Amino acid sequence: MSLWRSRSDRSHGAGPSRRSLLTAAGAGGLGVAAGALGHSVAANAAPRMALVSDVVPFYGEHQAGIDTQAQDRMHMAAFDVTATGREELIALLTEWTAAIEQMTRGAEVGQDGATGGDYEAPPEDTGEAIDLSASNLTVTVGFGRSLFTDGRKARFDLGGKLPEALISMPHFPGDFLEEARSGGDIVVQACADDPQVAVHAVRNLARIAFGRARVRWSQIGFGRTSSTSATQKTPRNLFGFKDGTANIMSEDGAALSEHVWVKGAQGPEAWMNGGSYLVARRIRMHIETWDRSPLGDQERIIGRTKRGGAPLSGGDEFTEPDFEMPGRGGPVMPVDSHVAIAHPRVNGGVRMLRRGFNYTDGSDGLGRLDAGLFFIAFVVDPRTHYVPMQNAMAKNDALSEYLRHTGSGLFAVPPGVQPGGYLGQGLFEL
Amino acid sequence: MKITAPLCATAAVALVALTLTGCTENTPESSGDGSVQITSTADACDVSTATAPGGTVKFQIKNAGTQVTEFYLLAEDGLRIVGEVENIGPGLSRDLIVIAPEGKYITACKPGMIGEGIRADFALTAAPAGQAVSADRAKLGETAVTLYTAYVKDQIEQLVTGTGDFADAFAAGDTAKAKELYAAVRMHWERIEPVAESFGDLDPILDAREADLEPGQKWTGWHRAEKDLWPPATGYTAMTKAERGKLAEKMVADTNELAKRVQDLEYNPATLANGAKELLDEVATGKVTGEEEIWSHTDLWDFQANVDGARIAYEDLKPLLAGSAAALDEQLQNRFTDLQKLLDQHKRGAGFIYYDELTEAQKTELSSAVDALAEPLSKLTAAVAK
Repeated sequence: MSLWRSRSDRSHGAGPSRRSLLTAAGAGGLGVAAGALGHSVAANAAPRMALVSDVVPFYGEHQAGIDTQAQDRMHMAAFDVTATGREELIALLTEWTAAIEQMTRGAEVGQDGATGGDYEAPPEDTGEAIDLSASNLTVTVGFGRSLFTDGRKARFDLGGKLPEALISMPHFPGDFLEEARSGGDIVVQACADDPQVAVHAVRNLARIAFGRARVRWSQIGFGRTSSTSATQKTPRNLFGFKDGTANIMSEDGAALSEHVWVKGAQGPEAWMNGGSYLVARRIRMHIETWDRSPLGDQERIIGRTKRGGAPLSGGDEFTEPDFEMPGRGGPVMPVDSHVAIAHPRVNGGVRMLRRGFNYTDGSDGLGRLDAGLFFIAFVVDPRTHYVPMQNAMAKNDALSEYLRHTGSGLFAVPPGVQPGGYLGQGLFEL
Repeated sequence: MKITAPLCATAAVALVALTLTGCTENTPESSGDGSVQITSTADACDVSTATAPGGTVKFQIKNAGTQVTEFYLLAEDGLRIVGEVENIGPGLSRDLIVIAPEGKYITACKPGMIGEGIRADFALTAAPAGQAVSADRAKLGETAVTLYTAYVKDQIEQLVTGTGDFADAFAAGDTAKAKELYAAVRMHWERIEPVAESFGDLDPILDAREADLEPGQKWTGWHRAEKDLWPPATGYTAMTKAERGKLAEKMVADTNELAKRVQDLEYNPATLANGAKELLDEVATGKVTGEEEIWSHTDLWDFQANVDGARIAYEDLKPLLAGSAAALDEQLQNRFTDLQKLLDQHKRGAGFIYYDELTEAQKTELSSAVDALAEPLSKLTAAVAK
């Protein structure tokens, strides 16, 4: 059985399958199916119950939130670790693991949750998710290069464990990166179908971290811009175009195995087996100038029709583009169109599992929407699966004129956790 | 303009030729909205009706063949193109909206984009009341292009001369003079920026900003000189005389090459209008934020030059708007005037104050004036192409 299967099996396997319950929910039969939760409810003293149909299992070979069917909302936060020693860092990760496990099954954080504790003490859980379901919450944790080294010497005795693929990203043409939106020692990606559930997760993790790690930047995203399952309709980005048509889908085990999951890593890098690399880019879109562009230009820049999402070489959304089909004045798929530049055929066949979200942070001082794409991709190696493609896009993609990269992060995402373990355990103990 | 499918209204107003596959889906009854349905296959060009009312006419072309196709509406002589849609991929639909008077026409599908196409006679009857069609738009368009071509050549000549003067001062180490010339000479570049940018190889070597560079790319051109003339306070090593000389020499050579290539450029009314819109986009993305001239802060010179270039293109095209788009014309006229009034407030001597002297409120004011102008300007192409 290949690696990718295990998560699917857990999602759809023993007991009522998640999908059938979702179908039931769609038919209006959604209720609190506490019994099916089994040990989860029994093991947790906190009172909040989850709808069984919208819990993504926490334990597994890989962390959840990667090949999990993309949720609608995201809150991502990067932390700078201020803990002074290795033990303190491990303690933080252990506490986080427990809290994440509770939150992802819709339970409250801690022994006593939001209301069960001492009247003279602040509650353990902040409480804003009471009455809300688990909402398919997933929390995915990754480690930045700066956790391993400050550039001169190793931190937390992790110098020798720094994976070669965890590079410091090169400058790409058109980058306008803001220090306060980039980097970080640890990243936490919380995704859920309810924004309050995602924000609740990051808020509680930040609170647990006080004194040991502080938030460096965080980003809220709405409206997933990728499908990660063939059952999902392709969503639209803020330019109004379908995005992620050619994404790696969770059903495509071979592609996940080839392009997403780390495997066969030896020696000091062995802790990464079953993990992946998370690329995060805050890509501001020049919404106003785009909106003034003729529809024909917009379609030529993207290489697809706006409404149907078909490539300009014809067919429907999922028809493979024909880059050779002649058109007036060159191929009918413009050579500098986004699709032509980003297609695996010109990028050595590499693919990424994209999991981005639209974002809007209100408006800037000039009255323009501060909005765009919070790009998230999971790849087996950023050196082969992100850097060359981003270079080509920044240089040749007609779309680049309407984009500006304002934030950037690269993180090594360790494999999943087994009961009794903690996130990143292999990094410290392998 | 007659639009009955609400989902299509916004896009259709702004555009002449467009892809609206969804509109087709939403108006399943052929010609339910008065449009003419065309189905192009490998060996046929089915036209749903041979007669339609003149004025604004919408053709919905569906490519049911397996090759890329095109659709043309030709004048009675079979030569003059009244309207066209290129590059319709197999299975895709596109709309063509034209404004045409009563008369005889010819429709043509061109599967595979070769040959004369599959032609048929087509007739437009009298236009409904209120849909006047101006007389000889082709002639007006030609005049606009002639005027604009002359303008571009004039600006290029001045750019060549000015770059030479700047390069001399820069190479000779006359920093004061080079600084004085920098912003003024760049205005000739900025006035015709979309023309200059149409040469994808020359634009980056002459106008790349530091942030635009890719790893390993050598930084040349105006902004390289800018940084040396207005160096950052710390962490910067000034260029040597030899380095300055080399940069200056290259700027002159590259500008001469640009001037040579510009002579062969051909324009049409749509390229003029698009160029005007692009100039305002340049202002909105680079100048109004003060990013273009990050060292010299002479962004207002560039700002003015971009607006100049857009205004010239618009004024050359103005006769095409009379009658058919008078309201747009008036709006553009007013918004250009408003923006210029704002810019005039920041004049100092022959130039402008530096961008970092503007207050946030003044920047916001400029930005909203740019948006106010850019929005109607984005409708110019569709208006002149009719």
